[in-house]
Amino acid sequence: MFNDQVGKRSNKVKNVVERGAVKKFAEAIGDLHPIYFDEETGRNSRYQNNIAPPTFPRTFDYGVIEGLNLPNKGLIHGEQTFHYERPLVVGEEILCYSEVKKYFEKKGNFGEMGFLIVENFGEDAAGNMIFSSTSTVVISEAVRKVLTK
Amino acid sequence: MSTLTQLKAGESVQEIQLEPVSRIDLIKYAGASGDFNPIHTIDEEAKRAGLPGIIAHGMWTMGNLAKLFTPYYEVGFVKDYSIRFKGMVFLNDVITLKATLKEVNEPSLRFEVQALNQNGNEVLKGEVLFAQY
Repeated sequence: MFNDQVGKRSNKVKNVVERGAVKKFAEAIGDLHPIYFDEETGRNSRYQNNIAPPTFPRTFDYGVIEGLNLPNKGLIHGEQTFHYERPLVVGEEILCYSEVKKYFEKKGNFGEMGFLIVENFGEDAAGNMIFSSTSTVVISEAVRKVLTK
Repeated sequence: MSTLTQLKAGESVQEIQLEPVSRIDLIKYAGASGDFNPIHTIDEEAKRAGLPGIIAHGMWTMGNLAKLFTPYYEVGFVKDYSIRFKGMVFLNDVITLKATLKEVNEPSLRFEVQALNQNGNEVLKGEVLFAQY
């Protein structure tokens, strides 16, 4: 039922790797290492600044994919990947967007399950890819029935 | 801090055992990540979704696991991080984070990573490719 969404992209949205957001995020994952928030540690590092944890892009706004209506309940996060060219640096601006990569259905223990793979991208101002990530979302038959109503 | 690069294939990074998962952990993660799906914070919503109680965000556990590599920021970075969520994490679960070096392919170190609960069941499993500078 999501087959017609494959290939669709969102508009690009400007995100900032905000100092306060990075610290809060690092705290929330129990990884309050000084490289994420202490300015002196950042300055003295090879990055000459603080960096963000690898899963921080979860907090970014990736824009809206027109016509992709996912419920905010009943979804199961099945798989997640991140790919980096380099760590994200505090204060930098990243242009983010997402694309519907793939959709397929498979028979599982709870009936026919739908698998939706969405890829997210983050580019610097010059258009260089800094990171990409994929999320595999599992949608149960029951949830899909509600969606088609 | 260079212990990561001194590991041989088959050897593991010092594992980390987390404090029992608390509701405030998940409320904090909801706020920091912007993922306010109520099955992670509100009992009634979790029950309505057919769960015995609230469960941790998969991304909370995945985020926690990455800290095994944080101390080595001067020698390299996490280039690829892929995870399959295998089981649910409930309140008061005690999660252990592990990483074992599988392969050295200079400048990359390939680790198998996992998170286990107090019963030894895998809740999350995957790979980290750590690229050395």
